[in-house]
Amino acid sequence: MKILNEMKLSFPSKSCNEAFARSAVSAFIMHLDPTVNELSDLKTAVSEAVTNCIVHGYRRQSGTVYISGRITEGGRVTVKIRDKGCGIADVAQAMQPLFTTAPEEERAGLGFAVMQSFCDKVRVKSAAGKGTTVTLEKQIGGDD
Amino acid sequence: MVETKYNNNVLTAYLSGEIDHDSAAQIRVRVDGMAQELKPRLLCLDFGGVSFMDSSGVGLVMGRFRQMKLLGGRLRVQNYSDSLYRIFAMSGLEGLGVLQ
Repeated sequence: MKILNEMKLSFPSKSCNEAFARSAVSAFIMHLDPTVNELSDLKTAVSEAVTNCIVHGYRRQSGTVYISGRITEGGRVTVKIRDKGCGIADVAQAMQPLFTTAPEEERAGLGFAVMQSFCDKVRVKSAAGKGTTVTLEKQIGGDD
Repeated sequence: MVETKYNNNVLTAYLSGEIDHDSAAQIRVRVDGMAQELKPRLLCLDFGGVSFMDSSGVGLVMGRFRQMKLLGGRLRVQNYSDSLYRIFAMSGLEGLGVLQ
């Protein structure tokens, strides 16, 4: 599939960068003329993934969050969000709705459920001690 | 980001802008501080000015629900858009009876 555009960014795992990350991704896809809902869905999914890196991956220690974005023919958007933090021992369990390891932070345990509901495809690759990569895929506009 | 009004034993917090993990933490401190001081009969979280919310908004509502229970009051969530409702609905928040 032909790649039409790509981008990469990285930033420190500060919670003020959650807004920066979702705004940057929404700016990246803006020329595809997304609907209000498509834009808001992708922003929300990115916000969840980046928050996971900050709250869980790095457990509030400092680290770097990496995002790469790609637009392929037909308006297919792929966004990878990666941290080099603690990793997830049991990905299936982490993806269960309402499961959280940070109740004291008032995390609702809905991050992955929101990503899955707002994107066409969500892939999670993680290794304990090495970090986590979440890949979000979303079709913007019609199929052609 | 949050403006509050206290009237007739009802504390209303008018939330605006984007609610994420970062801003939810700030809203939480502000609203809990006022609720602890005033001990209102009802806390209303008004989402009318909220343009974006991720699941941090659900944590914010659930946390205030518990807080108001401890203080012997009730919580109401009002003025949310359809897109915010989609996220609230995923959480089973409806079962708490706070969504108006």
